[in-house]
Amino acid sequence: MQYLLLIYDNEAEAAKRPPEEMASYLQAFRTFTEEIIASGAFQGGEALTPVSTATSVRVRDGETLLTDGPFAETREQLGGYYLVEAPDLDAAVAIAAKIPTAKQGTIEVRPIMVWEG
Amino acid sequence: MSPWAELVRAEHGRLVAALARTTGGDLQLAEDALQEAVLAALQQWGDAPPDQPVGWLLRTARNKAIDVLRRRGTWARKARLVAAATPAVDAPDLHDDGIADERLRLICTCCHPALSLSARVALTLKVVSGRTSDEVARLFLVDRATMQQRIVRAKQKIRLAGIPYEVPGPDALPERLAGIRHVIYLVFTEGWGATAGERLVRGELCDEALRLGQLLVEQVPDDGELHGLLSLMWLTDARRATRVDAQGLPVLLADQDRSRWDARSLALGAAALGAALRRGPPGPYTLQAAVASVHARAPHADDTAWGEVVALYELLLQAAPSPVVRLNHAAALGQHRGPEVGLAALDALADDRALGRTHLLPAARARYLEDLGRTEEAVDALQQALCRVGNAPERAWLEAQVARLLGQVSTARA
Repeated sequence: MQYLLLIYDNEAEAAKRPPEEMASYLQAFRTFTEEIIASGAFQGGEALTPVSTATSVRVRDGETLLTDGPFAETREQLGGYYLVEAPDLDAAVAIAAKIPTAKQGTIEVRPIMVWEG
Repeated sequence: MSPWAELVRAEHGRLVAALARTTGGDLQLAEDALQEAVLAALQQWGDAPPDQPVGWLLRTARNKAIDVLRRRGTWARKARLVAAATPAVDAPDLHDDGIADERLRLICTCCHPALSLSARVALTLKVVSGRTSDEVARLFLVDRATMQQRIVRAKQKIRLAGIPYEVPGPDALPERLAGIRHVIYLVFTEGWGATAGERLVRGELCDEALRLGQLLVEQVPDDGELHGLLSLMWLTDARRATRVDAQGLPVLLADQDRSRWDARSLALGAAALGAALRRGPPGPYTLQAAVASVHARAPHADDTAWGEVVALYELLLQAAPSPVVRLNHAAALGQHRGPEVGLAALDALADDRALGRTHLLPAARARYLEDLGRTEEAVDALQQALCRVGNAPERAWLEAQVARLLGQVSTARA
């Protein structure tokens, strides 16, 4: 099965990191990504720029409406994702638990819909 | 219920466990296929069920499940998963006692931590114990539509999120077993001290929890805490007949007629406690069972070895501190060393937020205040408990205590 691992973290807290901590943080992500590429689980994944750069789009009565900011204001923000292949939820959870920010933020594990029949 | 309807209920968990292998963990499909097989049996068996009725049901249900999987076009994918486990479709009649017992796999799936606790409880009773959604709804005093939705959603999540139909490996099994024990104990405690409703004890839930505990002990005989849990449930359940009086009001442990404690349950509880203690250092359930066994050994409440109870609660405070353990420890301390010590220990818990919401703390205080002759304060504490109590029998009991104490006050003044 395929699972999308959505990486939520508190952006304001993350921005306060001193530079040397930032370097080891990025290194931890690089190591993790290499690991799941090597294991064959990796299907894709990217980091996102902060929610301050987000634009929300809605079309109402044929008119395109733009709002500055994310869809919902939350304490933790979506900061990136991995798409992984895993045999079942337990395996996907084991991968999610190794994402470096799982220690302070939240990883939401969402199965990719399979269209049956 | 006809004799073979009882058979189907009794074998429900074992049948669904075997069928879920064929369906690759799809519990809804497993249950639907079993239901169809039961309907087919109703039409075909008449008064003469086949020699191996359980094997017949399994074979028929399995064929129906495979038909559905073929129609869905998912058979090829699932077939790879189950090829090793499933005999050929046209296997000869299965012998009833030759069906591998895979209920541990089923329980592990129903109690997966990715499901909410309420869903785990509902699913276990529905799928493993073979209760209908209506029955589960009634047992938990939830309306039928809510319970049906809860169960359907949980089954759907198992299928769509890929919750594995597996017993976890040795690394993850202890944690999963801890979760399963919790679900079983939750079923028991809901039956024993119903949090809501008109009756204090709902014995069907206690029976079901004991059955589940027994089943699990058979499947994982090396887990000490599982024996401890079973012991705790047996030793507690032994007092069922004396827990409430003829009016349905609760009777305190000290006032129960111990000659009416169920001898068979006490013996089973003692044996399970022995089995738990032989399997390593005692965990929280085993320690609670040990407390229950101290009570069981005392022919009369006055003979209780309170020193032992206090010592066991001190071990429990280290192993698994919880508000209720702190409360019980304080109450036992009062029994052991006198009401003043007990009251001081209870008052030290006044700031506990969890206890602040229950009626237990003021009710326990009332008892020691009364012992100390501080009757009016005892009445105040009981009134406070009344504001927080959830079920009708306990409310009535507290009201009776208030009336009794007020009677004493007016007698004293007269």
